[in-house]
Order: sequence, then structure tokens, then C-alpha cells
Amino acid sequence: MNLLAFDLPFVPKQASAQAGQVDAIFFAITVLSALLCVLLFVAITYCLIRYRSKSNADRTMSMAGHNLVEVVWSVIPMLIFIGLFIWGAIVYVEARNPPKNALTVYVVGLQWYWDIEHEEGPHEIGELHVPLNQPVRLVMTSQDVIHDFYVPAFRTKMDVVPGKYTEEWFTPIEPGRFRVFCNQYCGTKHGQMTAWIDVMKPQDYQAWLVGAGANTESIVQTGARLFRAHNCSSCHDDNSQVAAPDLHNIYGRQVPLSDGTFVTADDEYLRDSILTPAAQVVAGYKSIMPVYKGQISEPDIMAIIAYIKSLTPTPSASRPTSNQP
Amino acid sequence: MPETAASALAEQFATPGQQEEAATLGIWAFLSTEILFFGGLFLSYGIYRVTYHNGFAEGSRHLYFWIGTINTFVLLTSSLFMALAVHAIQDGNAKRLRAFLLATFVFGATFLGLKLLEYYLDTGDHLVPWYNFQPNEYSHPYAVKMFLFLYFAMTGLHAVHMTVGLTALTYLYIKARKNTYTESYHTPVKVIGLYWHFVDIVWVFLYPMLYLIGK
Amino acid sequence: MSAATFIEESPTGVEPPRHPKQPDYLHDGYGLKSWLTTHDHKRIGILYLIAITFFFLIGGIAATLMRIELVTPNTDLVTSETYNKLFTLHGVTMVWFFLIPSIPSVLGNFLIPMMIGAKDVAFPRLNLLSWYIFILGGCFTLYSLIAGGVDTGWTFYTPYSTVYSNGHVLAMAAGIFITGFSSIFTGLNFIVTIHTMRAPGMHWFRLPLFVWSMYATSLILVLATPVLAITLALMAVERFTGVGVFNPSMGGDPLLFQHLFWFYSHPAVYIMILPGMGVVSELIACFSRKRIFGYKFVAFASLAIAILGFIVWGHHLFVASQSIYAGLVFSILSFLVSVPSAIKVFNWTATLYKGRIFFHTPMLYALGFIGLFTIGGLSGLALATLAIDMHVHGTYFVIAHFHYIMVGGMLMAYLGGIHFWWPKISGRMYNEKLAQFSAAVIFVGFNLTFFPQFILGYLGMPRRYPAYPPEWQVFHVLSSAGASVLAVGYAIPLCYLIWSFFFGRPAPQNPWNASGLEWTHALSPPIRTNFEEIPIVTKEAYDYPYPETPNRA
Ligand code: HEA
Ligand code: HEA
Ligand code: HEC
Ligand code: CUA
Ligand SMILES: [Cu+2]
Repeated sequence: MNLLAFDLPFVPKQASAQAGQVDAIFFAITVLSALLCVLLFVAITYCLIRYRSKSNADRTMSMAGHNLVEVVWSVIPMLIFIGLFIWGAIVYVEARNPPKNALTVYVVGLQWYWDIEHEEGPHEIGELHVPLNQPVRLVMTSQDVIHDFYVPAFRTKMDVVPGKYTEEWFTPIEPGRFRVFCNQYCGTKHGQMTAWIDVMKPQDYQAWLVGAGANTESIVQTGARLFRAHNCSSCHDDNSQVAAPDLHNIYGRQVPLSDGTFVTADDEYLRDSILTPAAQVVAGYKSIMPVYKGQISEPDIMAIIAYIKSLTPTPSASRPTSNQP
Repeated sequence: MPETAASALAEQFATPGQQEEAATLGIWAFLSTEILFFGGLFLSYGIYRVTYHNGFAEGSRHLYFWIGTINTFVLLTSSLFMALAVHAIQDGNAKRLRAFLLATFVFGATFLGLKLLEYYLDTGDHLVPWYNFQPNEYSHPYAVKMFLFLYFAMTGLHAVHMTVGLTALTYLYIKARKNTYTESYHTPVKVIGLYWHFVDIVWVFLYPMLYLIGK
Repeated sequence: MSAATFIEESPTGVEPPRHPKQPDYLHDGYGLKSWLTTHDHKRIGILYLIAITFFFLIGGIAATLMRIELVTPNTDLVTSETYNKLFTLHGVTMVWFFLIPSIPSVLGNFLIPMMIGAKDVAFPRLNLLSWYIFILGGCFTLYSLIAGGVDTGWTFYTPYSTVYSNGHVLAMAAGIFITGFSSIFTGLNFIVTIHTMRAPGMHWFRLPLFVWSMYATSLILVLATPVLAITLALMAVERFTGVGVFNPSMGGDPLLFQHLFWFYSHPAVYIMILPGMGVVSELIACFSRKRIFGYKFVAFASLAIAILGFIVWGHHLFVASQSIYAGLVFSILSFLVSVPSAIKVFNWTATLYKGRIFFHTPMLYALGFIGLFTIGGLSGLALATLAIDMHVHGTYFVIAHFHYIMVGGMLMAYLGGIHFWWPKISGRMYNEKLAQFSAAVIFVGFNLTFFPQFILGYLGMPRRYPAYPPEWQVFHVLSSAGASVLAVGYAIPLCYLIWSFFFGRPAPQNPWNASGLEWTHALSPPIRTNFEEIPIVTKEAYDYPYPETPNRA
């Protein structure tokens, strides 16, 4: 539904499916507010002129209060408010739940640039290429402080928080280049932490992928390489001597923990298991896995997780979660 | 120079009753501020206790349970004496007021002394997170570290309040020696008494949160 | 609009003796020492007035530098680092060292005891202590400024503030921490004063609405400020020792800091508007010569705002990775907290109806307040709408929103209040024509500065950026031009008020023919104990003769 699919003055380009919906609400609330202001200011001006000190207007029957009037002007705004809330909430809920078929892109915020990895391989900095009309889901985290990935033309943003994964999604509907701003204050060059999104026609995008990804490995390959480089394989390989859990088919499963509880193995869990393994020990194993906190950079952790996920055959259909409790 | 009730009436008040009402309301308002002041710490504790359930229990087991327990009794006893002190002066018995104030003070000071001893022992056990904490001695090093940080922050803030309380008790005692307080005028005793009970109650919450969760 | 300086009408109250036996409070003791050791709430109010004016100038200079930087799309006047320090300094001084103490500490101190018919506040020594604490906190903040500044923004988000920033965060946090206790003690003093010190006959529903709103404000001061104090303390300890509860690399959650910070700071924004609403109620009543329409509704709306204000903090975190459910709850609550504000706006408007309206300077400010607060508040509704906030969070739309409320609303109310009670405070009159002129300049300058920022914000201009895409320059230039007009607008009252304090025409006891005890029973300026004898209250607040009959003229 794109209620306002035309160019309005003072409104950035509507380049995502969601932009029109946000603009529609904004348009509605602006008109409502303007009407209200006009009404109020006309009423005030009327009183000011008619009842100015010098005027002889009739002032009899003036009141010091009226309960019914009070109720009316409390309840009517309240109803309008609830209406606005519901409308805004519907769009918001949709905007925070990415569809299953979304293309996943991994984004890491660092002081002061964006490090972006595509599942298919290409690795970019400060530029994000996406295909037209294809829902794109960003899985984001930060290496240092809080950042925020903001695309005005898409009317969406989400904070990028160290220590956890957040996500943001959009469906670009206009080809072109759009600005990305870091929208959470992150230090000296916060104001320069900008980037571009390139929305390309699908065939151009494929061509770009081939070109950009020609001699790079895919994120899963990177992950596999890192998995060996950090010696994870020495314990987690099929033929390892160490008693460590098999990581095949783990993604999305319920994992039994040593304290008797279960957790779902989502991105967040995998991340925690790598960084602070002792916090959640798998039932039946000893807590011998080393702590990797501070040892592996955020983009590398993302790659390793992508690799571990690839060990679970179900295609990216199973919905990874961010941090909703 | 013993002050009388009349001379203790400040200029802005019309009657001693009004003055007492103001002081009592004032201390209650102040205590509600204090509750929210500690509240920030309690909230942080609560959130991480849920997140790091086992880690916090592990951390708790490294504390000196016996000192915490003894201190709880010591502090409760001092609160009892404080209540008796207020009671004594309401009956106009200035001598018993002084005795009970002294007892309150002694128990309060004992608490602080034991607390300092505990800090000393904790330091020896490498439990100070910003000083000599040894992460690899624990199975949940981050959670234990967080727990210990909260332990020091909460008990430290509590100890600061105890110190303020002891200073106030000293003030009361000196004044009581000069026979300032009488049956009709003893608002400061009541006000400081309320403060003392508050500090005590905070400990009553801290004790299970810090010492008992690992049991 | 004739500018007759006084409102001539049969007096509404009893005239006390013209020749008091005691000197007025300005002449009750001379020399610096008599001021710095005073327990008189009126003198303490003036001490605050001087201190916060100083901080307003500092915050204003920082704003001016920022606005000059933003004239061009590039970072040319100052470096990014300096720019970051400027907006931090601007936010911190304007919020904690100017706006929060503005009406409460200056006008509240000066007026509350007089309005309720008391000789002083309940704890005068604590009152003076609050001022010294405020100054001490201010010194820390100034030290951090001189030592090189802080670049965290007024929100001090972790882990930037605890680990990455290399500014003088500790000193500034200490400054705010200390000042917090000044707020707490002031609030405590007011609560106790209003409860226990009312004159005989002054029961709750005879209190002026200013007192009601100050009561609501004080509740927030007492209950919210300690949370800020502990939050900043935890932040400082974490920065100092390297361990703490907020650092994600040690298992902490940076969101916790944001929750704690906004648990204070959202109620704090109501600290920055409720007193203004109180002042406006007084002004509207006086210059319409009428009792406020729906007195009880306006009074209880203040309390409702104070209480509901505690449960909406999460609307600052819609896109900070809090859960969707939290977002939904905080959004609807934010809408509901707006209802009492709406009630107030409508009641003020209804008060004008069938009033007898005078356009003296304070009234101009009050009318400005209603208009600008409404616009700012309505933009707050846009922000509370989840879908819109996803787009405009952290943009100039937010900047415009809160400047409309805080500068257009509260600052206008403050200036209106200062002008209204200036005859009482100083015993002198200012030049009415000049004052009306500067009120108009401020109004125009204000809108020119901040209206373009709504547009910028919706276009996507992020906050805290010293540079921006060139296509937005036109709006920034407009805004900066407006800021210059605004600066002139503030400079004029600063000059003529200081001038009139020494050389103005002596003011009569009740130049506006207003109804409060401070006008009817106390001289201009009042004596040390406010009243020769404690008044006995027999009338409702705003006891203006009903304008039943057509005007005499
Ligand atoms: C005095 C200060 C003040 C006040 C009173 C308010 C009042 C309100 N504020 Fe504002 N706000 C701030 C100061 C203030 N705010 C500041 C400083 C920030 C940014 C902090 C930062 O990040 O640095 C902020 C940020 C802020 C945000 C977060 C934006 C973001 O960062 O994403 C939100 C979101 O909901 C919000 C909402 C509201 C609402 C709903 C009100 C309501 O209380 C407003 C109620 C008033 C009205 C609604 C107007 C009158 C009503 C009518 C006339 C009724 C009729 C209406 C209809 C029938 C429709 N504010
Ligand atoms: C609480 C009150 C308050 C007040 C009164 C103001 C007043 C002003 N503010 Fe401020 N502002 C904030 C609170 C306030 N602000 C906060 C909390 C922030 C967020 C900070 C952050 O992000 O951390 C902010 C941020 C902020 C920004 C955004 C910065 C950014 O994100 O990049 C801007 C930009 O235009 C701005 C402008 C102004 C201007 C032009 C004024 C003017 O109204 C000021 C005018 C006053 C003077 C100029 C001084 C008096 C003048 C004279 C005596 C005349 C002589 C002097 C000269 C000629 C210099 N403010
Ligand atoms: C010294 C051996 C060892 C090394 C090296 C090691 N692990 Fe582990 N790992 C274990 C053991 C043992 C467990 C089970 C106990 C636990 O949960 O802590 C485990 C658990 C896990 C789990 C949770 C499995 C489940 O079933 O829930 C993941 C994910 C994991 N490791 C990934 C890694 C990665 C990635 C690396 C390298 C960066 C790595 N491990 C290195 C021994 C090791
Ligand atoms: Cu990254 Cu701001
Ligand atoms: Cu808010």
C-alpha cells in the first residue's frame, strides 16, 4: 500500500516499500496538527480581539469551569491519539519483522565506517549494493560503540549495538544511490560516518556480484577458513579427540544446557557460545572451551557464525532472531 | 547552654507543631529520594541476576557468609536500640536516651568494622574486580566480575550511608549530653532514627541478594 | 494595544500600610557577605537568577558557535571534535544549569512562600546550601570545559562515555551529579513548604496554580533525580575503574544505561515544562482578569503529567533495539501522557473567552508559550508514533521538537514570569514598549531558527553532525539567521532589566492589579519576612471581579 506515491515537497525520495506508508502517517498527523493549530489560534485570536480590555463586548455569563466540556476535550484527543498509535504501530511492527525470503547482509559498524559483507562473498566498505524489489535484511553489530544505520530514503533506521545483533530490513523500489547516515552519536567523526546504498536492477546486481565477488570467497568460506585459523576445528571437527559438541545441524535447534534448561541456538546464542562459552555450557560437556572474547573481530565472528549456520542444511529459511526477549 | 523548645523554633515557623511536621515530612521525602538512589543499583542487580543466574550464584559463594550474617544481626540490634532511644526520649528519659544512642553507635560501628575486615579479606582473595580479580579461577568469569562489582558498589554505598548515620548519631549524642532533647522537643532524634532504620532496611535487602543466592 | 504600564482598577486586595516598619529585603543588610550568607528565600532566588543567567550565556555562546558552523555544509569554522564538545556543553549547561533551575529555583524560591502566605521556606538553611551545591556542581562543569571539554552529548551513552571518549567526562559527570542534589533539596524544600507552611485559610484548592505545578515539579525532582545521580555515578566508576555494569565487552548491557538515563530524563523534561505551565496559568488569569477556567482540572493535570511522566521513558529507545512490545507500550503511554497537556491548553484558551484582555509584556510571552508549546507538543505526538519515529529519531526533527517546547515554551514562560514579577523582585518598572518589542523579536527569531529544523529533520538531517549534504544548506542558513535574531532578542531584555533594576521607575505594590498574596499583601519589594503579619486567606485564587458588566470605559 503506497498511499502517497508522488513527490511531496520537503520529503525525501520514497525509495522503499515502507517509505510511502510512513509518509502517509506523517502527512495525516501533520494535517491533523495543522487543523488543530488553526482552530486553536483562530479561537485565541478571536478572544483576544473581541475581549480586548477596551472592547465593550458582552461578558455576562462567563464561566469558571464546566465538567462536560472538560470531559469532551479530554476524550476526543484521547480517541484521536489511540487511532494514531494503532496506525503507527501496524507499520512499525511490520517494519521490524523481516520477511522470510529476505536477502541477508551482514553489517558491522566501526569508528567510523561501515563494514559490509554479503552472503555471496563481496565485502564492501562504505557502500552497499542491493537488488531492486528484493527485501533485504541487515544483521548488524558494532565493534566498538553504538552506531545507527539510517537510510532516510527508506524511512528506516536501527541502532547498531556492540555485544548484540540487531536487524533492519527494507525493500528498495527505486533504483539509484541513497545516503546512509550513522545516526547515533559515536565519537569524533560521527558526522563523517556516512555511506551509500546502490539499488541496482536485478540483472545489474548479478553482474556486480560476479565482478565484485569474482576473486573473493563467500562469507561461509571465510568463516570456514577462520574456523580453522582459530583452531575451532581442533575440537569441533568430526575426527577430533576432544569431547566437544558437533556443530552440524545445531542452528535453530533446542540445546540442552548443563543447568537443565534449554536454549534455542540462534545467532545470539552462537555468538555467546563462542565469546563466553562458560556462561551456557552444553549438557554433557565440560567447560573447557577457551574464551574468545576480545580475540576475534566482529566481522570475523559474523563469518564464523555464517559458517556454523551453513552446517545446518535448511536454507536460510529458518528465521534467525536478533535480540527480542 | 541547654536549648529549650521555644528557642529551637526557627523563625519561619509559627508553632513547634508545624516545625515538627515539616521535619518529619522532610525526612520521608528524603528517604524516598534515597530509595530511588539505591533503586538504580537494585535494578541493575535484578537484570543481571536474571541474565547471569548461575554466575551470580557462583560469585556469591566467594563472599564471607559468616561476616554478612553476623553483620545482619549486629545491624538489626543497633536498629532496636535506636527505636528504644526514640522511645526513651518520648517518655522524657534523657539518661536512657544517651545510653541507647551509645549502644546504637557501638553496634553501628561494629558493623562498619566487620565490613572493613571483610573488604580486607576479599582483597586477599582477589575479589576486587578493578584491582586483582583473576578471571580464570571461575567458570563464569564475566558474571562473577559483574557480581563482585555490584557487591562492592552496593555495600560501598551502604557503608557511606552508615558513616553518615554514625556522624549524625555523634551529633545527637553531643546534643543529648547538653540535655537539648526533652519530651516535647526531640524531632532530630526521630528524624535521624528514621534514617537509621532506612539504612538498616537497605541491608536487609542486600544480605539475601548478596550472600544467600549461592546457597 | 495601548501600553499603559499599570492596570488601573479598583484594587482586588487589602492595602497594607504604606510605610513599613522594616526595610525591604534588598536593603535588609548590605554587602556581599549579607547576600552569600542569607537565608531569605527571595535573596536566594536572586542568587540563582545571577548564576543561571551566566550559564545561559555560556550555553547560548555554544549554540551561536554551532549555528555559525552550520551555515556551510563543510566542517570549516571548528573541527568535528570541537563541534562535538560544543553541543555537549550546550546541552549540559542549558538543561541542568539553566532550564531545570530556571523557574523552580528563581521564581519558585521567590514566590512559593509568598504565594502561600509564609515567611520563608520550611528549611531556609538547606535552601542556601542547595545554591552552594549548585555552584559547586557548576564549578566542576566549568572546570571540565576549561580543561578541554567533553564530547559525549548530554546523554552520555555508554560505552562511548565509559571507554572511548577522551574528554573530561568524570569532571562533567561529577558536576551534574552534585547539581542533582541541589535539585533534590530544592524539590524537598518545596514539597515540605507547600504541605506545612500554608497560611491560615489557604487550603489546597485556594493555592495559585503556579504552586500546584511547582508541587508536581518537586515530586519529579525528588523521585527522578536520584536515579540520574546513581546512573552517572555508575558510569563514572565504570570509566574510572574499567569495570562496571554497562560495558558490553564485559557482559554488560549498554541499553541498561539508556533505560536508567531516560527513566530520569523523561520526567526531567516535565521538570522543564510544568513550572512554565504554572507561570502561564498565573499570567493568563491576571491579564484576562478572570479565574482560570477549570481550576481543578488544570491543577490535577499537573499531577497527572508528573505521575504519568514516569512511565514513558522508553519512547527514546524505539530504535535502540528494545523489544517491539516495549516499543508498543511506551508509544501508547506517550500518547496518554499528552492528554493532560491538551487539557491545559484548552483551559487556557477557554479562560480568554469573555475575559478582559490586556496585552502587557508578560501576556505576550504567555500567548507565545501557548502557540509554541502546542506546536512542540504536537510534534512530540509525531515522535511518539512508532512508524514516524523510525524515520525521524535522532534527526533535526527531534531537535526542533524539544526546542519548540523548551525554548519556545519554557524559556518564554520564564521570561514572561520574570517580567510579570519583576516589579516585585526589583521594586522597579521596566520600559513596557521596549519589552513588548523584544518579546516580538524573540518570537520571530525563534520561529525562524527552529521551524526550518522540522523540515531538515524530515529530510533526514541527523543530529550532532557538523557537516551535511549541500542540498540542505538553505534550511541551515535560515536557521542560523533566525538564531542571530534570537540572540538580539535575548540581549535586549538582559540590558533593560539590569538597567531598570538600578534606575527604573519605582514600582507600586500591585502594578497589574493581580490577585495573589504576593501582590495584595506584600510590598514591592517585600520585607524580609514578606508580610508584616501572616495573612488570613478568605478567598479563592484568582479572585478577580467577574467581568460581568461591560467595561467601565
Ligand atoms: C520540556 C521538554 C519536553 C516536553 C514537555 C516534551 C513533551 C513530549 N515529548 Fe519530547 N523530548 C524532549 C523534551 C520534551 N518533550 C527532549 C529534550 C527530547 C530529546 C532528547 C534527546 O534525545 O536529546 C525529546 C524527545 C522526544 C521523543 C524521542 C524522539 C527520538 O529521539 O526519537 C519522543 C517520542 O515519543 C517525545 C515525545 C514527547 C511527547 C509525546 C510529549 C508530550 O508531553 C507533549 C504533550 C503536548 C501536546 C500534545 C500539545 C498540546 C495538546 C493539544 C493542543 C491537544 C490536541 C491534540 C490533538 C487533538 C491531536 N519527545
Ligand atoms: C534546555 C534548553 C535549551 C535552550 C534554551 C537551547 C537554545 C538554543 N539551542 Fe539548543 N539544545 C538543547 C537545549 C537547549 N537549546 C539540547 C538539550 C540539545 C541536545 C544536545 C545534544 O545533542 O547532546 C540542543 C542542541 C541544539 C542543536 C543541535 C546540535 C546538533 O545536534 O548538532 C542546535 C542547532 O541548531 C541548537 C541550537 C540552539 C539555539 C540557536 C538556541 C538559542 O535559543 C540560544 C540563544 C541564546 C543565546 C545566543 C545567548 C543569549 C544571547 C545574548 C545575551 C546575546 C549576546 C550573545 C551573542 C550575540 C552570542 N541546540
Ligand atoms: C578446547 C576445545 C575447544 C575449542 C578450541 C573450541 N571449542 Fe567450542 N566447544 C567446546 C566444548 C567442550 C563445548 C561444549 C561445552 C560448552 O558449551 O562450553 C563447546 C561448545 C561450542 C558451541 C556450542 C555448541 C552447542 O551444541 O550448543 C559452539 C557454537 C562452539 N563451541 C563454537 C566454537 C568456535 C566457533 C570455536 C573457535 C573460534 C570453538 N568453539 C573452539 C570445545 C572447544
Ligand atoms: Cu557511528 Cu555515529
Ligand atoms: Cu521523553
